[in-house]
This record gives sequence, C-alpha cells and structure tokens, in this order.
Amino acid sequence: MTAIGLLGLNHKTAPVAIRECLAFSADDGPEALKTLKTLPAINEALLLSTCNRVEVLFTTEDPDQGASQIEAFIARFKHQDPAVFRPALYRLFGDDAVRHVFRVGASLDSMMVGEPQILGQIKEAFRQATGHKTSGVILNRLMHRAFFVAKRVRSETGIGDHAVSISFAAIELGRKIFGTLEGKAVLLIGAGEMAELAVEHLIRLRAGQIFVANRTFERAVALARRFNGQALHFEELIDHLKAVDIIISSTGAPDFVLRRDQIKDVLKQRKNRPLFFIDIAVPRDIDPAINRLDNAYVYDIDDLKGVIEENIADRHKEAVKAERIVDEAVVHFRNWRQSLDVVPTIVALQKKLTDMAEAEVKKTLSGLNHVNPEDAEALHRMGRALVKKFLHDPAMFLKGQISHGDKAFHLDLARRMFNLDTDTGNGDRSE
Amino acid sequence: MDNLILIPGVFYLASTAGYIGYLFRNRSGFHRAGHLLLWTGFVLHSLVLAAIAVKTARVPAANLHETLSVAGWALAGVFLFFQRRFDVKVLGAYAAPLVTVVVIAALHFPQSQVPLKTAMTSLWLLVHIATVFIGDAAFALAAGLGLLYLAQERAIKGKRHGFFFKRLPSLEQLDNAGYGCIVTGFAFLTFGLITGFVYAQWIWGRFWSWDPKEVWSSITWLLYAALLHQRLAMGWRGRRSAMMAMIGFAVVLFTFLGVNILLKGHHGEFTRW
Repeated sequence: MTAIGLLGLNHKTAPVAIRECLAFSADDGPEALKTLKTLPAINEALLLSTCNRVEVLFTTEDPDQGASQIEAFIARFKHQDPAVFRPALYRLFGDDAVRHVFRVGASLDSMMVGEPQILGQIKEAFRQATGHKTSGVILNRLMHRAFFVAKRVRSETGIGDHAVSISFAAIELGRKIFGTLEGKAVLLIGAGEMAELAVEHLIRLRAGQIFVANRTFERAVALARRFNGQALHFEELIDHLKAVDIIISSTGAPDFVLRRDQIKDVLKQRKNRPLFFIDIAVPRDIDPAINRLDNAYVYDIDDLKGVIEENIADRHKEAVKAERIVDEAVVHFRNWRQSLDVVPTIVALQKKLTDMAEAEVKKTLSGLNHVNPEDAEALHRMGRALVKKFLHDPAMFLKGQISHGDKAFHLDLARRMFNLDTDTGNGDRSE
Repeated sequence: MDNLILIPGVFYLASTAGYIGYLFRNRSGFHRAGHLLLWTGFVLHSLVLAAIAVKTARVPAANLHETLSVAGWALAGVFLFFQRRFDVKVLGAYAAPLVTVVVIAALHFPQSQVPLKTAMTSLWLLVHIATVFIGDAAFALAAGLGLLYLAQERAIKGKRHGFFFKRLPSLEQLDNAGYGCIVTGFAFLTFGLITGFVYAQWIWGRFWSWDPKEVWSSITWLLYAALLHQRLAMGWRGRRSAMMAMIGFAVVLFTFLGVNILLKGHHGEFTRW
C-alpha cells in the first residue's frame, strides 16, 4: 500500500546555520518540484521551505527507498554533504507524518506557537505542488484536511488570541482602554525600532493624527514625514498632550520626560479623557506614579514583557486542546486511507448495489398480487445475479492492471462516482 | 392564580446559568442560550403581569410580592434593551442573577389582596409606576457596569491580565454604556417624579407632603443630577463615575425598599406582606 512520508528538519532539530544552507528560495521551487517528480520511488511530493523548516512531504510504495532518494535530492540540489544535515533530519511515515503535517499547519510546531504565517506558507507550497502536478489524490486530500484542522484549531482554541510581541501587546492594551483605536491621536517621543513598529501598527488601525517629538528636531521631522505626521519641538511637548490619546516614549533621557504633576494638569484640561502611556525606554521616560492618576495608564517595557509571558503561557495551555483536534483528524484521515484500498472499496460497492437491488425487488413485489414464494425468491435471485454481473468488470479493473501510482486515483474516483463516502460518517466532504 | 411568576422565574434561573457559563467558558453558545432564555422569561413575565392586571382590574403593584415582581420584570426588560444597544455581553452575568433573585424574593411573599386605601386604577399611576421602575432598573444596570468598570480598571492598572481583563470589554465601552444607563434612568426617574406629583395632587390634593418616599426620591434625583452635571462640566468619567453609579444605586435601593420598611409613609402599603 502507498505510504505517506515526510523528511525534513526544523528549528528544533537544526541550528540556523544548517537551515539557511538547505532553505529553498521561491525561485528554487519550480525546478525542485520538477526534479522531485522524476525520482523513481516518489509518487507525489510537496516542498515546504520557511525560515524555520525545510520539509518534503511525499507518497511512495517503498518508504526507505523514497526517503533516501529525497535526502539525496536535497544534498544534490543544495550542494551539501548529507552527513552534515543527516543528524538533524526526521523521517516520519504513516500516521506520524500525517500528524506532523496537521501540527505544522495548526502552528503547533512553530517557534512561536500559534503564529499565523505558517498556514499561508503551507498554502503557497501546496499551490506550487498542484501547479506542477506533483501532488495527487493523497496529498491533495491531506493538505485540505490540514487546512481544515488549522481552521478548527484557530476557531475552537485560543491559540492565536493574544499578542506575543511588545508592539502588539501595547496595541491590545490600547484596545482594552479605548475600545477602538480609530481616530486616536498618537505622540511618539524619541525613536526606536519597537516604538516605530507600534506607531506603524496604530496607523494601520487608522489611528488619528501622529505627532513626533525628538531632542533633535531634524530627526523628528524625518520621522514625522515617514508617518505622515507632525513634528514637535521637545519644549512644546506638554502643550500637545491635551490633544493626544496614546503616548509612546522611547528616548535616551536619563530622567523622566513626563512627570506626575504635569500629567495631572493635562488630565484636568482634557476633562479626564483617558491617556495611555507606553514607555519602551530604559531608563524609563514616564513617571510610574502617573499610573496612579485616574484615567491615566502607564505600561513600561517590563509590564509589556509580563503581558507577553502570560500570553505565551496561555497559548501553550490552548495548544493542549489543539493537540486533541489534531489527534482526531489523524484518525479520520487514517480511516479514509484504509477505505482507499481495493477490498473495502469493492465490499462497499457490493453492499450499496445489493441494498438497492433488494429494495427495488421488494417494491416490485409489493405491487404485484398473488406472487407465490418460489416466484418471489426467483426475483430476489435475479436481483443478486444482476449485481454480481454488474460488479464483475469494475472489480476486475480495480484489482487488476492498475499501476501503483494510479491506484489511489482510481479508487478515489470509484468511491466518488458511487458516492461511497457520504454515509461513512467521515465528515470529510464538509470542508 | 397561584404564583404564576414561578414560570418566568425558572427561565430567569436557567438564563442565569447560561450567562454565568458564558462568563466562565467564554463560548458564545452560552451567551445565546442565556439571552434567549431571558427573552422567553421576560415575555412570559409580561403575560403574567398582564393577566393579574386584567383579573384584578388594577395596576399589579399593590403588595410587596407584586412590587418585586414588577421590579424584576423592569430590570429584565431594560437589560434586554440595553444589551441590544451597548452589547456588553458579560453584563448578563450581573443582570440575570439580579432578576432571578428579585423574582425569587417576590415568591417568598404572599399575594394577599389587602384592600388598599389608595385607588390603583388610574392611568397616571400606571405611568408613574412604569417610569419609576424602568428608571430604577437602568440605575441598577449602571451600577453593574460601574462594577465591571472598576474590575477592568483594576486589571489594567494592576497589570494583572487575568480573568476579567480577557472577558470584559474596553473601559471606554463600559463607561459609555454606564453613562447611557444613567441618562436613561435619570430621564425616566424625572418623568416618574413628575407623574407622581401630579397623581399626589389629584388624590391627596397636594404635590408634596414630606412623605419619606418623596424626600428620598428627590435625594436620588439630585444625586444623579449632580453626577450628570459633574460629568458634563468637569469630566467626571471613568472610575469616579463608576463609583458614583454604585453609590447612587445604593440610595435607589434604600428609596425603593428601605424607606417602605424602615420609615412610614403613603407608599408603605404597596410593600406590605
């Protein structure tokens, strides 16, 4: 029977020095897939290469042979000595390979559990494989199931719910204070990668006006141009606090830039509309005592890190639920694979036709008067004989001359033609 | 009719279970169930009140049993209305239990038909009772929203993002909803007081008789008037507004029950048992 295999390495098994040597670029894709198609032991193949993993998913009649051909292919294609990366490789077959694919798709195998990019990367890999016709009945089905599992995990568990980066955590907090961030004016004091990233997120969420203040006014002007905002002199900072809602501070100042007394007055002028301070600077820019004022909220870098740690812990808790969903999907997929064998298919077909014939014979008999038992039995016999005759050729075809690579295709076709999977309770057509 | 409000009471209880389930499990199915059950309870409750009104041919607020029943009914109705408007889903975990407790309390008091000195058939009276109860119900919700606001503010300021932080909506939304409730409550209370004065003039021949209920209702009114004024003029929002909403509701509770039970006056007979 055709086996599903997976060979690859990821961030857990291989350091970046090895991963970067083996990574397939977008340009490599087409040629790599064409080469994979020519490997004699490989029926179907799919290549997934991201910064955290290089994996080849394949089907083969001979697992050992298939895996070594894939390994040799990677070495040849990337001009690497297999001995270097072999210790980092994992070879998975059958249920293990299926489970791995589902886990990767559901972002359970990611460096940051729950991050959403991986699903898009897998979809792209699958698109490439179908484009080059390297995936067939089995991998198509497997990938669709993987997408379905990923969707279920995302909607039924909280695995991707909370922010795990400083700037996203800050934005999430802003949402809990303001509800919507749309139209909220933002003041950036100083500069820095994290602070600028947060401003960009806010702009994407359609924040209102952006102000930028910096000790060097030229720097403020440059940043303001980038954010399509307004540059401020450092001295006029306080006057503008009336008009802003979110203050992101990231200066190199040795002392507090904003103090409690100043903000107390500002809040009065603002009629207590809330102010949210995000202090990314070390040493801190925002007097922590401001957090004790009503309607003013201060989060410094450690607070944000604390939030992230909590969120990561939550994700790992949710991952346990996700594993259950994956396990369920593995069983479903196994059932489908087992049904995709010659004998079960013929048995299912025979049962379906026999049931139909019996039902029709009964219907006919109930419409006739005065049929004696022997005649009735003859009609039943005729029904069964018809089924047998009818089944003969398809059964011979399925058992017979099909080459190995086409077997799954023909079995799948037969099952779909006679609608054999709808009442098996697999629920596989629901996606 | 023997304790017909047991039927809506059962629905309210089930609704409470739904909303509490939503609070803990955070699944929208629980919320939908709670919401639907509360609606059903509210509709049945309306029918029960209407039936009593038809049978006795008077406003069904003549003893403590009926008064509490009307209070629970008004709270359920006002909550369902505000839920549509402000969509603070977890508030159900406050409102539904409150409705249930009030209705269960009502069940504890007999439905004795003591002849009243006061006529209970006037349309004015109906309007008076309805507006006052709707106003009080809105204040009850404002207090609940105030409570939620304080919980959420505590989570954000204290940087402990546990149970409430994840489940409660933003501070802004809670504050807005609370403000909406107070404005509504204030408008209804104002109208309720006016109709009360008119009715008093009609029945007793004077607008104002220093009845404790009148005095405390006016104190309540002044308190909420002050709260609204401070909000508009001085920007009393957020924490202070939330605290005031809770204090205000405590005064409302005293005006509603405490006055009748502890002090005497011409409203006393409506809460006899």
